[in-house]
Amino acid sequence: MSEKPRKFKGGVHPNDSKALSKSSPIQDAPLLETYKVIMHQNIGAPPELVVKKGDAVKKGDLLAKAGGFVSVPLHAPTSGTVKAIDKCPGPTGMAVPSIEITADGEDEWGATFEPITDWKNCDPAVLKQRVWDAGIVGMGGAGFPAHVKLSPPEGKVIDTLILNGAECEPYLTADHRIMLEQAEDVVLGAAIIARILGLETAVIGVEENKPDAISQLTEIAGKYNVTVQALPVNYPQGAEKQLIYAITGREVPIGKLPMDVNCVVQNVASAVAIAEAVVKGRPSIDRITTVTGKPVVNPGNWRFRLGTPIEKALELVGGVNTQPAKLLLGGPMMGIAQSSLGVTIMKNTSGILLVAADEVSLYTSEPCIRCGRCVEVCPMSILPATISQAVENKRFDWAEELNVMACIECGSCSYVCPSHRPLNQHFKRGKIEIQAQLRKKK
Amino acid sequence: MNIALIAIIAVGGLGAILGVIIGIIAKAFAVEVDERIEGVEDRLPGANCGGCGYAGCSDFAKGVVAEKAVPGECPVCSADDVRSIAEYLGIVAEEKEKMVAVVRCSGDCANTVRSLYNGVRDCRSAVLVAGGAKGCDYGCLGFGSCADACPFGAIEIRDGLAVVHADLCVGCENCVAACPKDLIIMTPAAVDVHVYCNSPEKGAAKRQVCKTACIACRKCVKASGEEDYMLVDGFLIRTNYENPPPPDLVEASACPTSALRLGTKHAAGAYEGASK
Amino acid sequence: MSETQSTIQMPDPTRLVVSNSPHIRDNQSINKIMFTVVLAMLPACLAGIWFFGFAALKVLLLCTVSCVVIEEGWNKLMKRASTWKDGSAILTGILLGMNLNAGVPWWVCVLGGVLAIILGKQLFGGLGYNPFNPALVARVGLLIGLPEIMTTWNATRGADVVTSATPLGMAVGDTSLGNLLSGNVGGCLGETSAIALLIGGAILLFFKLIKWQVPVAFIGSVFVITGIAYWINPAEYHSPVFHVLSGGLLLGAFFMATDMVTSPMTKKGSLIFGLGCGIMTSAIRLWGSYPEGVSFSILFMNALTPLIDRSTISKPFGYTAPIKGESK
Repeated sequence: MSEKPRKFKGGVHPNDSKALSKSSPIQDAPLLETYKVIMHQNIGAPPELVVKKGDAVKKGDLLAKAGGFVSVPLHAPTSGTVKAIDKCPGPTGMAVPSIEITADGEDEWGATFEPITDWKNCDPAVLKQRVWDAGIVGMGGAGFPAHVKLSPPEGKVIDTLILNGAECEPYLTADHRIMLEQAEDVVLGAAIIARILGLETAVIGVEENKPDAISQLTEIAGKYNVTVQALPVNYPQGAEKQLIYAITGREVPIGKLPMDVNCVVQNVASAVAIAEAVVKGRPSIDRITTVTGKPVVNPGNWRFRLGTPIEKALELVGGVNTQPAKLLLGGPMMGIAQSSLGVTIMKNTSGILLVAADEVSLYTSEPCIRCGRCVEVCPMSILPATISQAVENKRFDWAEELNVMACIECGSCSYVCPSHRPLNQHFKRGKIEIQAQLRKKK
Repeated sequence: MNIALIAIIAVGGLGAILGVIIGIIAKAFAVEVDERIEGVEDRLPGANCGGCGYAGCSDFAKGVVAEKAVPGECPVCSADDVRSIAEYLGIVAEEKEKMVAVVRCSGDCANTVRSLYNGVRDCRSAVLVAGGAKGCDYGCLGFGSCADACPFGAIEIRDGLAVVHADLCVGCENCVAACPKDLIIMTPAAVDVHVYCNSPEKGAAKRQVCKTACIACRKCVKASGEEDYMLVDGFLIRTNYENPPPPDLVEASACPTSALRLGTKHAAGAYEGASK
Repeated sequence: MSETQSTIQMPDPTRLVVSNSPHIRDNQSINKIMFTVVLAMLPACLAGIWFFGFAALKVLLLCTVSCVVIEEGWNKLMKRASTWKDGSAILTGILLGMNLNAGVPWWVCVLGGVLAIILGKQLFGGLGYNPFNPALVARVGLLIGLPEIMTTWNATRGADVVTSATPLGMAVGDTSLGNLLSGNVGGCLGETSAIALLIGGAILLFFKLIKWQVPVAFIGSVFVITGIAYWINPAEYHSPVFHVLSGGLLLGAFFMATDMVTSPMTKKGSLIFGLGCGIMTSAIRLWGSYPEGVSFSILFMNALTPLIDRSTISKPFGYTAPIKGESK
């Protein structure tokens, strides 16, 4: 893959603000007294609870088992007792079921998986089962179960494995630090996933603004026949469809999956989790998360256990200098705004971001002046201005005709809109209404 | 004189010829229309609200004449209207009870904790962002999707809470589907006692986010005595519309959060926050 | 830990705003765009004031003030929020002034403001909803209603007659190229100086406020069509260079055809829009009874904008049939 990456149409160039935290090494967060592990951390079916109130658990023990194929099990982040099965504030603002664990301070591992050191000769099906058992989801933000992506249906040939190290979201540096500090694991993970898919090679796509990570990975990538592809800096370079296009030149059809163009994309953090699950037998119980933002005293990258409340994470970084305008889970372009400090870290929490009042984007009801900037930056080449008007007038049929379903909700259009219109929210609404109508028809 | 004559003859002749042609065509291509359809339509309200499930009043009239629908299916018609249609068609009118919508929430801005929401002013869009940014996950968002859906202007958004004016509500049910929180139910218009809360959470959790939530203290159940006026549903009490309570139950039960209210007083804005 | 906890400042959750992503944005806004366009129009305004004197300044100011006052008055009347700060009324006012000649009486400016703001914009629902460029609505309204005032041009400094014709109306070969470039010719006060207009156009292109497709297609097609006419019969028609530099073509192509609200959003659409304007303008100039056709052609194409937009929707990413089999 030495050929030049293709440039997708559109995209925006926000100030990446990564300097706040990119040189801060990953630190382990100290053990807390209680963890509130949110039950449903993956896209798909929620897992089924296997513990009850009062049970003693060891670190890595099963808390809930997969509730279907598109579902992953959940493991205890530390040893202790299950204090309550209750509700805690969820990332979407609604209270969600959670398992509260009181740590005993021992942090003792329970019966973990058998490490598979000879993975090169291991049956791919066994490796895939391990990925599932370890509860690994897409850690870039979506939380899609990793094993599902590794199980192409009959007849679908996979010929390219892409690791997503683009990290195009401003502010976030977790993947960057992982690629620097755990480059071995990233490449090893890539090789294991390639083995599961029956491939010889893999490509790691990294945006050019991380030259140190690129050189670090390139140095060792050859060991497992993995290549590193530098990508131009252009948000949303890390969006699955744009990434596949940049590296292979294939366009994923609207409403289809990367599989349909013979590709599998995994996040680099997921690759590390897969490598650890296979060679160390370690389930997915923690993750690297960037805690950053201008109001934060000491921005940095931390290894948090699942179920760590945001409040505790913010204490670790020294709190804030000024009152922030927004608290986000994820990056500033696609992250979810929170109104509670009680939300806990999940498998897909790539960042905790505090946005200062002076850089925050607030929406107004100014009219569209048809400047066409949104059309210019849309990476999916749809007409955001027109679609938003269609949704505003509840013309969902028209919105569908204008391909609102192709929208990847990257937010580029709202980012450039001089009228500060909530375009992205309109698209979300439109997509949901159209899906509801489709379900009704069925 | 001559020119005027030619003009008159030409225009008059043309008019006569066209008139004859139109007459012939009208006879030849006449569509059989049941005149009763028009008669029924005249007696319908003409609001075209779609509450009957037909595409407007004209379509409904067709359905009634074709005996696919009964006049009582029109939610807007009063009992007198229904009777008049039935008499016109010579069929028996069914007695129907007038239904009105009730928004089962009393958490206006003064009573519930809200976070600052910034975005599209529409409930169905707002609910996509942090569940609508209201303290209570089950409460009325107050952006007025139901009021927009109401063709009769019967829903008022007062201080961040949708309030139904029962006297204006005709029971077309358009608002029921518009609410993303499924807060709106249709109740018999004769019943005036409603529980203005729909949160299944525990009482303590509800109290944290809302001053006027039903905390399931069961005072109203006790006040009902032997009668099952009120139904207990987990941590929530509901009015039993099968055996509706008399209005004085509200006074008798002295609801500590005033979640149990008289609909008429609620619509008139007589409840200012919690009583205690 | 407990000691440090007490000194750590934590965010106050009740003051956190929740909204949909994205949570940051670039610093572009409507009034920034409008004021940049005003800035781009300054060179041409200054040239107008230089050549037509104090009267030009008076017309520009009068138009701007009346547009702002009328907009605010309308907002008051309709109980809407004040909108003059978005800069669109100021922009319309200056554009209107540039489209008048320096000698018009004061009430023409005010009447133009009424036509532009109320008939051209507010009756359709205000900024963003107007199908036609407001300044052009006013200009065309005045041109049809008051043809004598609108086609009596003030002479530039140094000319010895009080009134003169716009060069387009003169006999072939009457005006020098140098005068056309600098603006030392008769005409509307904002349209005469080609160099000043080109500087303004460059500013707009530099800030990416207009799509290059519109002026290029507009001017290009006028050049080609009038060029063909000139080639066939140089005795009767002006040269294409003359056509491009004279009259309101540059003003129209850079500042009026490119108006965001009334021109297509897509690049392909902009090209079609520019071409349409150019063909209409050439046709009116060569064979029409009016000497100038820029305003009419832009208004005509404004009307076609929704149609153009609808028919030039580009294929979304991934719209093509899925790629099957192996990679290339």
